[in-house]
Amino acid sequence: MAKRIDATDVTAYYGGFKAIENINLTVEPKTVTALIGPSGCGKSTFLRSINRMHEVLPGARVEGSLTIDGQDVYHRDVDVTAVRRMIGMVFQRPNPFPTMSIFENVVAGLRLNGVRKKSILDEAAERALRSANLWDEVKDRLGKPGAGLSGGQQQRLCIARTIAVEPQVVLMDEPCSALDPISTLAIEDLMFQLKDKFTIIIVTHNMQQAARVSDRTAFFSIEKTGDPGRLIEYDNTQKIFSNPSQKKTEDYITGRFG
Amino acid sequence: MGETPHRSAHAGTGGHPVTQGHERSAGASARVAEAPVSLRTPDDDHGLGGGGGLPRARAFGAERAFRGLTLAAGVTVLVIIAAIAVFLIAKAVPALRANSANFWTFEGWFPNDDPATFGIGALAFGTLLTALLALLIAVPVALGIALYLSHYAPRRLGTALGFVIDLLAAVPSVVFGLWGRDYFVGPVADLSAWLHTYFGWIPIFGDGPYGNSILLGSLVLAIMVLPIITSLSREVFLQTPTANEEAAIALGATRWEMLRTAVLPYGRPGIIAAVMLGLGRALGETIALALTLGSTYAISFNILANGGNSIAANIANRFAEANETGRGALIASGLVLFAITLIVNITARAIIYRRREFTESAA
Repeated sequence: MAKRIDATDVTAYYGGFKAIENINLTVEPKTVTALIGPSGCGKSTFLRSINRMHEVLPGARVEGSLTIDGQDVYHRDVDVTAVRRMIGMVFQRPNPFPTMSIFENVVAGLRLNGVRKKSILDEAAERALRSANLWDEVKDRLGKPGAGLSGGQQQRLCIARTIAVEPQVVLMDEPCSALDPISTLAIEDLMFQLKDKFTIIIVTHNMQQAARVSDRTAFFSIEKTGDPGRLIEYDNTQKIFSNPSQKKTEDYITGRFG
Repeated sequence: MGETPHRSAHAGTGGHPVTQGHERSAGASARVAEAPVSLRTPDDDHGLGGGGGLPRARAFGAERAFRGLTLAAGVTVLVIIAAIAVFLIAKAVPALRANSANFWTFEGWFPNDDPATFGIGALAFGTLLTALLALLIAVPVALGIALYLSHYAPRRLGTALGFVIDLLAAVPSVVFGLWGRDYFVGPVADLSAWLHTYFGWIPIFGDGPYGNSILLGSLVLAIMVLPIITSLSREVFLQTPTANEEAAIALGATRWEMLRTAVLPYGRPGIIAAVMLGLGRALGETIALALTLGSTYAISFNILANGGNSIAANIANRFAEANETGRGALIASGLVLFAITLIVNITARAIIYRRREFTESAA
């Protein structure tokens, strides 16, 4: 259920602008990897190039090699929708489909994959909502609009929607930045549980959060505005936050920079 | 788009938002009045916020004048509407009294005769049939164009094409009518013959003579309502939050699946509103239908044969020759058209309101 990701010399562009350059990174299965760094350093761009969401923007493209369990994500013959089903994504702002009920939101991905049978959908919805620690809060109002939930609940609903299709990898792009501390805690707890089944990569601006939830941490940075983002250091989270080998990393995590 | 009904609800009650705004803005106008003073003496600490004592609100200022002006404008509209209604009813009632046939069921229009006989049934039927057929043809095409322009076409091409379609809306309806009567009638007659040959077993595709038929009128109407529906639904589709589109794509949706999952449901109230605006135009369209329909007074489901009529087209065709009772009869038919339009609009509102819970959270 979880897969290993290898990035080799990944470079991503927005039109003529090079956003990240030569990122080399290996993510082990069933771990939480945090991507940290100052704004504009390309963490989100790198995250979005893993499930090929980067290329959705006009003019955006990716070079280099990205493999998931050895399979090239960017191979010419690969079905891009299959890649995105295998690598789920949770966004910065909770984005449940506003016209759908809670139930419909959770099973949206399954319906896209052609699952029609009510019993299967019911079962999958309950499983996903339980995994997202949301079941008890919404089980009596599955028919109500998903957008009527609180921000934290909406984000857990989005997580449920993502894991309902049983992906191999879950990407999270600053999933807690729009949430209050209690909802943030709920989602961090959730990540510990999800780690048993999925490979998780999370972009975060919150260094305490990176230290709390992740096994490995990658620090991205840029020289100056307009330069491409680079991977400065990638190591065990423990090591990064106690004894980083790079001066830049130390400056950043101690708050002297960025 | 979900808020559209609320906005018109305010327009209906009129006075409420005006009074509310007044109390708050009184302070604002006082502050504006004070501004030049503080500009002249930039050194003292009386900023725009006012460091000194609180100035008195003016008894008669631009604020009060403007309030009176808007109130007068609102009242004028109501007065005009009431005056028109009174006039129409006063003219229609004598004609309806003079009618010796059943106004609802009689198929014919002889209000100038003595005794006068005229009936609205066939006209109302023709109005609804042409309008519904026109929508049936126009809506799928319009939505297809709108989706293409908003989500498939390169941005520059989309803008250019959108402009061309808006131009189509600027063509006067009499031009469409003449084009339909003098040119389009030929191809439509050929199409009618073909439809009758191969689909004649469906009752609506009956025998000829082919010419100024309901099909011709509906096709011309369809072309006329296409631009409204297209440009409104295109706007609605463009408003879909990127976050929702990305959510669908990240779940592994193809482009079409993304449109179906995120864009179309989000735009639903807007699509309904666009279709209803199109229907409004189709129901009220006068001259194009007066030129392209056969002006008969019979209820027939054969959309291919010469014939068909509509309330508005009938008014245009018969007004010149009408005597006192004739004009009253036409005005009475106009009131029926007004009622039909009202019912259609209320129905549309009801449809939009039914899923309010979802559309409001979408807005």
